[in-house]
Amino acid sequence: MTDERSGESVEGDGTTLRSPTTGDVWEIVVGLEVHAELATATKLFSAAPNVFGGEPNRNIDPVSLGLPGSLPVLNHRAVELAMRVGLALGCEVRPCVFARKNYFYPDMPKDFQISQFDLPLNVDGQLELPSGQIAGIERAHLEEDTGKNMHVGGDGRIHGAEASLVDYNRAGVPLIEIVGRPDLRGAEQARQYVAELRSVLVAVGASDGKMEEGSLRVDANVSVRPLGDPELGTRCEIKNVNSLRSLGRAIDYEARRQVDLLEAGERVAQETRHWDDANGRTRSGRSKEQAEDYRYFPEPDLVPLDPDPAWVEAVRAALPPLPAERRRRLADAGGVAPAAVALHVERGLDALALAAMAAGADPARVLNHVEHNLAVDGAHDLDAGAFAELVAMETGGELTATQAKQVLADMVTSGRSARDIASERGFEAMDTSELDSALDAVIAEFADDWAAFCAADDPGKRKKLTGFFTGKVMAATQGRADGRAVGEALTRRAAG
Amino acid sequence: MTDWVGRSAADIAAAVRSGEVTARSVVDEHLAVIDAGDGPINAFNLVTADAARQSADAVDATIAAGGDPGPLAGVPVALKDNLCTRGIPTTCSSRILEGWRPPYDATVVQLLASAGAVSVGKTNLDEFAMGSSTENSAFGPTRNPRDPSRVPGGSSGGSAAAVAAGFTPVALGSDTGGSIRQPAALCGVVGLKPTYGLVSRYGLVAFASSLDQIGPFSATVADAALMLGVIAGHDPADSTSIPEPVPSYTESLSAGVAGLRVGVVRELTGEGIAPDVAARVNAAVAALSAAGAEVTEVSVPAVTYGLSAYYLIAPAEASSNLARYDGVRFGLRVDAPTTDAMMTATRTAGFGAEVKRRIMLGTYALSTGYYDAYYGKAQRVRTLIARDFAAAYDTVDVLVSPTSPTTAFAFGAKADPLSMYLNDVCTIPSNLAGHPAISVPFGTGDDAMPVGVQLMAPALAETTLLSAAAVLEAASGVAS
Amino acid sequence: MTSRITADDVVHVARLARLSLTDDEVTTFTDQLAAVLDHAADVEALSIDDVPPMIHPWPLRNVMRPDEVGATLDRDEVLAHAPATEEGQFRVPAILGDEP
Repeated sequence: MTDERSGESVEGDGTTLRSPTTGDVWEIVVGLEVHAELATATKLFSAAPNVFGGEPNRNIDPVSLGLPGSLPVLNHRAVELAMRVGLALGCEVRPCVFARKNYFYPDMPKDFQISQFDLPLNVDGQLELPSGQIAGIERAHLEEDTGKNMHVGGDGRIHGAEASLVDYNRAGVPLIEIVGRPDLRGAEQARQYVAELRSVLVAVGASDGKMEEGSLRVDANVSVRPLGDPELGTRCEIKNVNSLRSLGRAIDYEARRQVDLLEAGERVAQETRHWDDANGRTRSGRSKEQAEDYRYFPEPDLVPLDPDPAWVEAVRAALPPLPAERRRRLADAGGVAPAAVALHVERGLDALALAAMAAGADPARVLNHVEHNLAVDGAHDLDAGAFAELVAMETGGELTATQAKQVLADMVTSGRSARDIASERGFEAMDTSELDSALDAVIAEFADDWAAFCAADDPGKRKKLTGFFTGKVMAATQGRADGRAVGEALTRRAAG
Repeated sequence: MTDWVGRSAADIAAAVRSGEVTARSVVDEHLAVIDAGDGPINAFNLVTADAARQSADAVDATIAAGGDPGPLAGVPVALKDNLCTRGIPTTCSSRILEGWRPPYDATVVQLLASAGAVSVGKTNLDEFAMGSSTENSAFGPTRNPRDPSRVPGGSSGGSAAAVAAGFTPVALGSDTGGSIRQPAALCGVVGLKPTYGLVSRYGLVAFASSLDQIGPFSATVADAALMLGVIAGHDPADSTSIPEPVPSYTESLSAGVAGLRVGVVRELTGEGIAPDVAARVNAAVAALSAAGAEVTEVSVPAVTYGLSAYYLIAPAEASSNLARYDGVRFGLRVDAPTTDAMMTATRTAGFGAEVKRRIMLGTYALSTGYYDAYYGKAQRVRTLIARDFAAAYDTVDVLVSPTSPTTAFAFGAKADPLSMYLNDVCTIPSNLAGHPAISVPFGTGDDAMPVGVQLMAPALAETTLLSAAAVLEAASGVAS
Repeated sequence: MTSRITADDVVHVARLARLSLTDDEVTTFTDQLAAVLDHAADVEALSIDDVPPMIHPWPLRNVMRPDEVGATLDRDEVLAHAPATEEGQFRVPAILGDEP
């Protein structure tokens, strides 16, 4: 019963909920725990390959199977990648130790996980979102991944399955767990946080950030509180969120569930809940009496990790420019706000855009193309000079916007120059007289509409008719006319 | 027929290397003795006769081809059955490892093979090395070759008995709280626990990771030095392995003890030590003094907390190390409708009482609310013990104590767990500090059973330890 | 002296350790564990919070290996020693409850 909820909607900016009955406003507080698989060649504590997919139980060795007598040895590269992430997030890299988290589960070969507990590698960082919002990072520590259970019989899900098959290929893959502070408000900020964190992970080469392959996994701690209340409410940890879309839906659902409970005079139980994407709801995980006591203690088979300051500084110095900085740089060059270029940077096309602008291309057109026309494979290989030439042809009136888009697509696939492609396709700029005669013909054919256009004083109506006439001119010229030029000519004639 | 049984490993290796005898005939002689004598002793869980003959033949082939067969050429060795041997059952004397054959060799097993040693089998132990009598074995107890009505000590009772019975000149054991030294003392052989980190633990089935150390049993101190020289050394597969070069342990054996400062540990020689054992320790101290050592009594106060600290730390680590025996990947499974029930049924059926006791004790010591009072506190006590040892080693080079408070006791004599644990009071401090220690036979008690004297030294001071042990060994023949 | 560990504690740790005990075993183990913990009262009573814990006897730091792929186990050899397998995987009975 407490899992059911009524259906009022999220408040305007998505950070609060307003009760339909009482009118009270509740703030949605979210802290995210993100697990990312590190892009190493081998596992965290053994030399078995770290690769996604493949036949089950091929990438196993005594350590990743937890065989008696096997011992862990820390992967240097995993530490370096984890330090990159920590430093990119502005964390302090500290002396740390590994600890055992003890619990029985068949995908955990040793029935304990080697993680970090009270002394993690990275502490106290922050993440700058495209909006400029700063979200705190509590810690970012190293730990090993589990294997995978595949449920057989029943409907393939854990509940009702008659048996499970365990594959340990993933067991021991290095993970960095990035624990965010409860600084996010609502689903949209949470989505932005994960997208931004993913960009950082990819930018520093730490992870491929693929949520769909499970190399990036998100658990959301969600609570609600009366707006303005400084105290945090009781939180629930939402697991099994496999996409950004699910993350948003899960947070929305969970926040509403909690508000319903509180408004009904009930309490939110602190617990782990699982997102059920098919049914769009969270459900309670293990009950309280099953609550685990993980019996953390320092891993005696590993020695403390205390990265040499020179190593830390070398890693810091080698960090590439990070997304927030890249957004600022591109936004400055393009004369727009950083938030407006978030996609450009997320796609990794900011360097291309900057180079094209440096080659003289119009910044607004460059940004427009990158945002709308270059979300394709091969865009990264586009030559900035060639791109700038295309933009110059467009701003110079040699190509219409539509033509430029087509030429650009061809450039990406063929690697040929804009001029060659335009010439081959017969995309020569239409001269004024050709446009005028096309206009004459269209106005003659649709005289009543033209009269209405001239008489229209309602901007909406005029805009609609502009679209109508532009479409006709385009059809008459097989799309060679420049839409903007048509609009200008129509206005000029109506005024004259 | 048995020309080479009872001879030292050093003698056998020299004879095999020189062509005086073949490795095969040495091994055949030992296998025959095992076959004839191990029935009542039960030192071995498994005798790998065919594999042993093949290894011996390979050593002989190397020699025939003019190659170097290694410093342990043709020497039969017995391996405690918690050392992983590729394709050969490794049971830890537990039902729970039923049917398991490791897909890899322990580092020490590889090192012994590379040195030309020939493994003849796997020896009995207290289940998962938890015990001091080898009574806690799923395969029945091992009997003391000196008196089959008594225990051989433990947990490496099988290896100690194998050497004491002459089945092999040398054997490997593991020592977490005295599991090499105490059975060595009770069986009348030499047993050495090296510095923590000197010998790789890779392939040793873990009991308590921060305490476990592999070491040799032998009839002579020289053989202990020879074995240590083969198994010691840095191993990248063990993160706690010490990256230091290994000295020659055999060259310095005859250094003597003239001028060596020897301290008798006050806290380990008084109350709780049987008078006949104390008398032999006094005789040993006198022998060292007669050989030129400067003997004093020293105090290492914190060792009195050793037993308590050990019985919190070792079970805690064990409770985690033994979690993996869950019926999923290897070994025993007792079927049940759910995985959780299967794991519980498997572990309940697969582990013996002592193992369960320690798992529960360790689980408790680590559990929420008790960590600081038990495990955390015990780890601080280790620091105290290490500090007190360091202070003692400011004034002396070697410490002396009994190895065990008593000689070998009868089966069932220590049915109460705590009374069994008290057996380890003298040996535990070295494990907690990570220091080397050796038990050397020094005559017998009132019951005509062997008494072992324990020598302890600072970390990596095995050369000092072994040369002092050699002096005791030489004196023991005269004094007893 | 009150017992340092109760029968309920023993049942709880047995459950955590995936062991099931008969009532007699609970009684026996409770007495035995209490005796060991009573013996450990000397350590429990020490005021040594200022003494650092010793996790390793030999103070090593930063032991790492290069990120180079090594040998893997032969799957068939490993699965041959497993209690139950199916399609190259380890088969276990139904898993109740969610992953921790």
